Amino acid sequence: MRSIFTITKLTIREASRRKILWAALILGLLFLIIYGLGFHYARLDLVKSMQQRSGMNIVLLHEMVNFLLLAGLYSVNFMVIAMSALISVDTLSGEINSGTIQTLVTKPIQRWQIVIGKWMGFGLMLTFYLLLMAGGTMGVVYATSGYLAPHSTQGVALLWMNGMLFLSLSLWGGSFLSTLANGVVAFGLFGVAFVGGWMEQIGSFLGNQVAVNIGIISSLIFPCEAVWRRLVFNMQSPLVTRLGVSFFSSSSVPSQWMIVYAAAYAVVLLIIAMWRFNRRDL
Amino acid sequence: MSTSPVIETDHLSKHFRDNVAVADLSLQVERGEIFGFLGPNGAGKTTSMKMLLGLITPTAGNGNVLGAPLGDREAKRRVGFLPEHFRFHEWLTAEEFLRLHADLYRMEGERTTRRIHELLELVELKAHAHRKLRTFSKGMLQRIGLAQALLSDPEVVFLDEPTSGLDPMGRRLVRDITRDLRTKGTTVFLNSHFLSEVEVTCDRVAFIKEGIIVRIGSLDSLMNGELQVVIRVRNLKPESHQGLTRWCRNLQIEGEQLTFQLDSEDQLPSITRYLIEQGGDVYTVQPKIIALEDLFLEIIGENDSLEPRDEAISLKS
Ligand SMILES: Nc1ncnc2c1ncn2[C@@H]1O[C@H](COP(=O)(O)OP(=O)(O)OP(=O)(O)O)[C@@H](O)[C@H]1O
Ligand SMILES: [Mg+2]
Repeated sequence: MRSIFTITKLTIREASRRKILWAALILGLLFLIIYGLGFHYARLDLVKSMQQRSGMNIVLLHEMVNFLLLAGLYSVNFMVIAMSALISVDTLSGEINSGTIQTLVTKPIQRWQIVIGKWMGFGLMLTFYLLLMAGGTMGVVYATSGYLAPHSTQGVALLWMNGMLFLSLSLWGGSFLSTLANGVVAFGLFGVAFVGGWMEQIGSFLGNQVAVNIGIISSLIFPCEAVWRRLVFNMQSPLVTRLGVSFFSSSSVPSQWMIVYAAAYAVVLLIIAMWRFNRRDL
Repeated sequence: MSTSPVIETDHLSKHFRDNVAVADLSLQVERGEIFGFLGPNGAGKTTSMKMLLGLITPTAGNGNVLGAPLGDREAKRRVGFLPEHFRFHEWLTAEEFLRLHADLYRMEGERTTRRIHELLELVELKAHAHRKLRTFSKGMLQRIGLAQALLSDPEVVFLDEPTSGLDPMGRRLVRDITRDLRTKGTTVFLNSHFLSEVEVTCDRVAFIKEGIIVRIGSLDSLMNGELQVVIRVRNLKPESHQGLTRWCRNLQIEGEQLTFQLDSEDQLPSITRYLIEQGGDVYTVQPKIIALEDLFLEIIGENDSLEPRDEAISLKS
């Protein structure tokens, strides 16, 4: 365990020394400020136009606020995913390439401990980042409008899962691919999941089963978009759920099993990463 | 302390696809030995060392270090290693770097701090302890890497070309450190193509070429049979030359100077006695050990026969 923590500490120290941590923090705060301002003025406008037309309708206002919150979380989801892949894409392949790994693995430490130690280091930083970003987004909405979406904690958990999914993916890729190839794979899979998710949406909207099936298959290939859509299903207002249509989600809702699948997917990727790294020549 | 070899390999080989990096490595290194592993570029030195350290999985064969299988975690506590391309986490300071590796060795407490400072002093980097490795020159990196290899007071140290980036002072430093290690009874496995380095520090050397050990043995035994002698003698009757062929090979006579080769230094007194008996006035007797470099070139240059020629030197030591 101590060896694992040594690597975890090393990982966090590297991110901080290389100013990655600070860059992420400062830009994260900037994101929150911009989102906060945008949200504030959008909401003011909504309230004003409502009062002019039909008088205050608190239900409709909440629908709008919910939409704006999900829009914020959509960006947070993307940023956590991107951050997750970016900070870890180079960690194994880069150290193998430069040779810094050689003095590490010849110490009394198991190779898999290096992988898990790095996973924990990045995981901790991402958790912190996610709490800041998702918490900040929800906090801004709550502070300005007093609105709290349903299942907020579950939503944060699902965002976290997407982050860990990409972290495991890039450690898996790093255990045998070059940094560049690893990045290409990560964003390629993101693209597949993304387009598949939309096909499933549109397919289910138009009642086209083929499109829905393609969407489901792409979710099985990489489940990050499914996790996101599950989050939307949980967090969107009950009215939209009833209507079945919104910009972010549709009637085709990923089942709980898809979430279990995504979690297992992340764990298996991490295990394969450890296994491959264990066996390869350095 | 056991008397079994510290390093032992049995027909180790490594193939990278169809490229044979190491063909058939069988050797033993005894405790306290300074073992030199010599060969030209691409001979398979680094690959061999990496197999011994568990960095590379052998294609075939096996071995052990300190009685444990290659790459054994607990054995690694007692092993130090300086890689060939010493690249380290450059965003650490020299001291932090040593502290990290001490952590990995699971060393702790006041003693570890003392050890770190001791090593910084040894490699003459005390003044730069708080500088980032990023700002270090190649030689400084090599020095800090060396300190890292010695952190845990290891029983066996693997050094892959430890002087390649160093200035003459640094080279001497490595030589002195190697000697200190010998005094302490530490085993050293040294990859090198610096013959001079091996010549002065190593007890035994192996010559490797194209993944095959061409010769292995103590330096003395490798030099044996390669003794060249120059004698200046006056007033020697030409017919006396004939008698010298009893001992001498390739006898050449240029005026008063006789040049020939001997199998052993032990024959020199008899030769001198003979020359005097024959009425010669002997001015100088100058045995010239063929420099290791010549030997190196000779051995490595043997393209056609890679088999050991000298029966005195067995392939498996
Ligand atoms: N990862 C690898 N993939 C493919 N071939 C390799 C790899 N590593 C080494 N080789 C090949 O194995 C052979 C031995 O290489 P090695 O690095 O062991 O030589 P070396 O004796 O250390 O040489 P040098 O003196 O240049 O350091 C070379 O032909 C090299 O091309
Ligand atoms: Mg080498």
